[in-house]
Amino acid sequence: MLGDKDRIFTNLYGVHDWRLAGARARGAWDNTKALIERGHDAIIDEMKKSGLRGRGGAGFPTGMKWSFMPKEVKDRPHYLVVNADESEPGTCKDRDIMRHDPHLLIEGCLIAGFAMRAHAGYIYVRGEFYNEAQHLIAAIKEAYDAGLLGKNACGSGWNFDLYVHRGAGAYICGEETALLESLEGKKGMPRLKPPFPAGAGLYGCPTTVNNVESIAVAPTILRRGAAWFAGIGRPNNTGTKLFCISGHVNKPCNVEEEMGIPLKELIERHCGGVRGGWDNLLAVIPGGASVPLLPKAICDTVLMDFDSLRDQKSGLGTAAVIVMDKSTDIVKAIARLSYFYKHESCGQCTPCREGTGWMWRVMERMVTGNARLEEIDALEDVTKQVEGHTICALGDAAAWPIQGLIRHFRPEMERRIRARTEKLAAE
Amino acid sequence: MPKVKIDGVEIEVPAGITVLQACELAGVEIPRFCYHERLSIAGNCRMCLVEVKPGPPKPQASCALPVADKQEIFTKTPVVQKARNGVMEFLLINHPLDCPICDQGGECDLQDQAMAYGFDRSRYHENKRAVPDKELGPLVKTSMNRCIHCTRCIRFATEVAGVEELGATGRGESMEVTTYVEHALSTELAGNLVDLCPVGALTSKPYAFEARSWELTKTESIDVLDGLGSNIRIDTRGAQVMRVLPRLNDDVNEEWISDKTRHAIDGLRHQRLDRPYVRKAGKLIEATWDEAFGAITTKLKGMDGAKIAAIAGDQCDAESMVALKDLMTALGSPNIDCRQDGAKLDGPRGSYIFNAGVHGIDSADAILLIGSNPRTESPVLNARIRKRYLHGRCAIASIGPVADLTYPVERLGAGPATLRELTDGKLGFFEKLKAAKNPLIIVGMGAVAREDGAAVLAMARELAEKLNAVREDWNGFAVLHTTAARVGGLDLGLVPGEGGRDVAGILAGCEKGEIGAVYLLAADEIDTKRLGKAFVIYQGHHGDAGAHRADVILPGAAYTEKPGTYVNTEGRVQLGRRAGYPPGDAREDWAILRALSERLGKTLSYDTLAQVRSRLVSVNKVFAAIDQQVPGAWGPFGKAGTTTDAAFVSAVANFYMTCPISRASRTMADCMASRAHLMAAE
Repeated sequence: MLGDKDRIFTNLYGVHDWRLAGARARGAWDNTKALIERGHDAIIDEMKKSGLRGRGGAGFPTGMKWSFMPKEVKDRPHYLVVNADESEPGTCKDRDIMRHDPHLLIEGCLIAGFAMRAHAGYIYVRGEFYNEAQHLIAAIKEAYDAGLLGKNACGSGWNFDLYVHRGAGAYICGEETALLESLEGKKGMPRLKPPFPAGAGLYGCPTTVNNVESIAVAPTILRRGAAWFAGIGRPNNTGTKLFCISGHVNKPCNVEEEMGIPLKELIERHCGGVRGGWDNLLAVIPGGASVPLLPKAICDTVLMDFDSLRDQKSGLGTAAVIVMDKSTDIVKAIARLSYFYKHESCGQCTPCREGTGWMWRVMERMVTGNARLEEIDALEDVTKQVEGHTICALGDAAAWPIQGLIRHFRPEMERRIRARTEKLAAE
Repeated sequence: MPKVKIDGVEIEVPAGITVLQACELAGVEIPRFCYHERLSIAGNCRMCLVEVKPGPPKPQASCALPVADKQEIFTKTPVVQKARNGVMEFLLINHPLDCPICDQGGECDLQDQAMAYGFDRSRYHENKRAVPDKELGPLVKTSMNRCIHCTRCIRFATEVAGVEELGATGRGESMEVTTYVEHALSTELAGNLVDLCPVGALTSKPYAFEARSWELTKTESIDVLDGLGSNIRIDTRGAQVMRVLPRLNDDVNEEWISDKTRHAIDGLRHQRLDRPYVRKAGKLIEATWDEAFGAITTKLKGMDGAKIAAIAGDQCDAESMVALKDLMTALGSPNIDCRQDGAKLDGPRGSYIFNAGVHGIDSADAILLIGSNPRTESPVLNARIRKRYLHGRCAIASIGPVADLTYPVERLGAGPATLRELTDGKLGFFEKLKAAKNPLIIVGMGAVAREDGAAVLAMARELAEKLNAVREDWNGFAVLHTTAARVGGLDLGLVPGEGGRDVAGILAGCEKGEIGAVYLLAADEIDTKRLGKAFVIYQGHHGDAGAHRADVILPGAAYTEKPGTYVNTEGRVQLGRRAGYPPGDAREDWAILRALSERLGKTLSYDTLAQVRSRLVSVNKVFAAIDQQVPGAWGPFGKAGTTTDAAFVSAVANFYMTCPISRASRTMADCMASRAHLMAAE
């Protein structure tokens, strides 16, 4: 269990002042100039050593991502873009960072921007996060007024401007290239990769897109050292992580914990346990709506980090733990997720545009058992036809929950189909 | 050059191409819907997925992936096949099964590829999606249920046509291709959308339910509705021209044609001259060829050659023009002209052709338009200029009409005075032209078809020479013709001989009674009221202005009904082929002249098409170089002199109606009405 001394987000619950004075009292903006004076490459090196993996869901090493930016600024400026379009169902960690500790993010932007030689950063905030954006804007203004941003930020000699852009509420705009399109004023549709944003991103210039949490932890990592951060968690899955636990637990919450904490411990210790006791657990979606669910048997022992969840054919994703007890209609729950993906597919590429609707419609019939047994196989086949064939990961995200359902709850689906067939036959 | 292995076969390919293109070079077919060579890459249909090593463990879209050295590409693995089958199934689940009533049937990419990659039954048991149809104007019919969202139409409209009017609204399966606010497309290239659409979502409205592609006879020919000489395919059923499609020619029209080229063909069915007429007591009476020739012979016998004149029209083939010229020479008349609009063009060949060639636009780095609106005069050429603009680093300026050319144009001024200042280096744009490696000066008919045209032409030449735009490796002096016959006519010398009269002179002579007889070879663009009491022979295919005034009408053939040689604005000699026969008693034009010459006792020396064509070559050697652009000789031309203050006006005010065929076309009338409606709405 993570001790209080190792917490990065010390105002996660908003009980303290979120403004500059409060943030400073908690250690933010403490001699940022010295951090910057270490130099571009030293900062990136430190981030690499810390083993921080992107907190937006894919888990790509953050330091390595920063190192992909060109080493020199040529004819095109560099940009930092922060992905604050937190829309993954079940996830609400970036939201709490922005409203309760915005200065962590802002300081992180300055340091990350400096490391990748960017003079401008954009924070793309989810459209629904109105109050969070207001906090962020107010905090940025404070930072400007205190000389922490803008020309010669923190007296470091580096000019850095930070802008907040509010999205319009499309889930797909959280995909990094769709986010860039949206930021450019176009329809939020993912771009083809390559070229990757580090080569041609915002307005065709080298760009790095990072999750709010990845950026917000950077200053603390630099202050306390990569070794400290790497010492928490397991190898290749280091550091602290915000977990968002929702669903059928007694006390749903956001909590900062070390990576690799057992799922059972996470739920029992921080959330007051599963409603009706651990044995009343049916399944858990461990990383936001996109990852396959885990049945109780796996939940008993699984560790919450990228690699161990991947080994269970699921994923850490955004670490949004959705707990479902035995009162849950599990097929209906996954069908609802399918509807979400059908609704949020951008419509650009064929497998996702056509496949998400198809999967949802079949799932709706599976809820009532209005299907034939072989359609379960057909459904799984359709998910495989979507997975890996699309431009962005939304297709995969739509396919995985259904694959998880079929993998672990096929008997339940078959039971419903049989029950309905028998009922019709009896009539 | 990178070496790649495609399905185990090693091949060396040019650097910078995509995996899909590399596969094509290797002769491996990659199915695709959204990919199109001339449009930006969308990569959204996912049909072209292949496996690539080294690379991620999932299949990649080959249309968007650049080739790399030592790459291994697999196009036939189970993973690739599964991916293709999957995409095919997805495309079909919401595609209506209405192939039997779909105009795309038989030439549909989806149909063809479904044969290769589809299943024989559907696993999709839900309801299919329904999408409201859109109204895109008089040329493009929509059936949006069939749309597979490849976005080719959106990319064409935005990139090539330069009208950002098509786009997609909605998300996911609710995505719809639309014009946002419903209105007709304001482009002259709308017909190409129909060609680009890989399914039957966009089909040709005038051609709707007219024919099936397999019923049609295909003839490769040349378009005559503007000066570009677009390469076309004429599809006929029986005697009727059903549709016109573009043919690929990268040097001329790439693979686009204008809406007039494509859709004016219904004009070929209306207002046709299908038998000779002779005017008796003020009324045109149907006659036989014999009677018509008799009436002409009676009138011309013994008439002084100086009192006879001839004007060749804008869509004449070179064969009929050389026959006309030979006949006039035989009759002793120097009064012959092919420049109905009075363009002051008669110098060396370099003075009246688009020397740089249409493909030369691609390498120009500064473009000046003088008295031209290429968008109405030649939309396809205008799209080429836009393509050059999109490529970047090309300054474009105009002296003349104000118009939206689909790319930004710096407007320097309105008329000759501005050209004078520019030539004298007094305008800033002069420096840009001077700094350019390949400056291109496009001279429109609006600049030379006027009283002071010769002086304007001289100024343009002076400018070109000052800019060193005429060199061994580059000739940036480019005349943009608006008519298909003009360059051929000039090549054949259809200009007044010694002491002869040009069109203005002929008309003035008619008014004064100095001209007794005028032979109009499909010439309708002159002021026929000024023909006075002259005896008018009209030979042509449409009952337009010329036929209206004629004393004798000799029914000829339209461009689809005769083999003909045409020289386009860049001086490229191209062969049109016969797609059908002229209606009724109408005949090929050179043969009419040949027959008439015999009755007049001045028999022309050729009896077959081959003989006429060798006569063409003996008049001008360029006619031997079929499909090639023969460079034009450079020399002094134009005539320095005073100019007026009148602004340059584009030669084509109304794109949709410029000739007897387009004026007789109902589709063109619909287009005009639609455009007028659009303009009024703005």
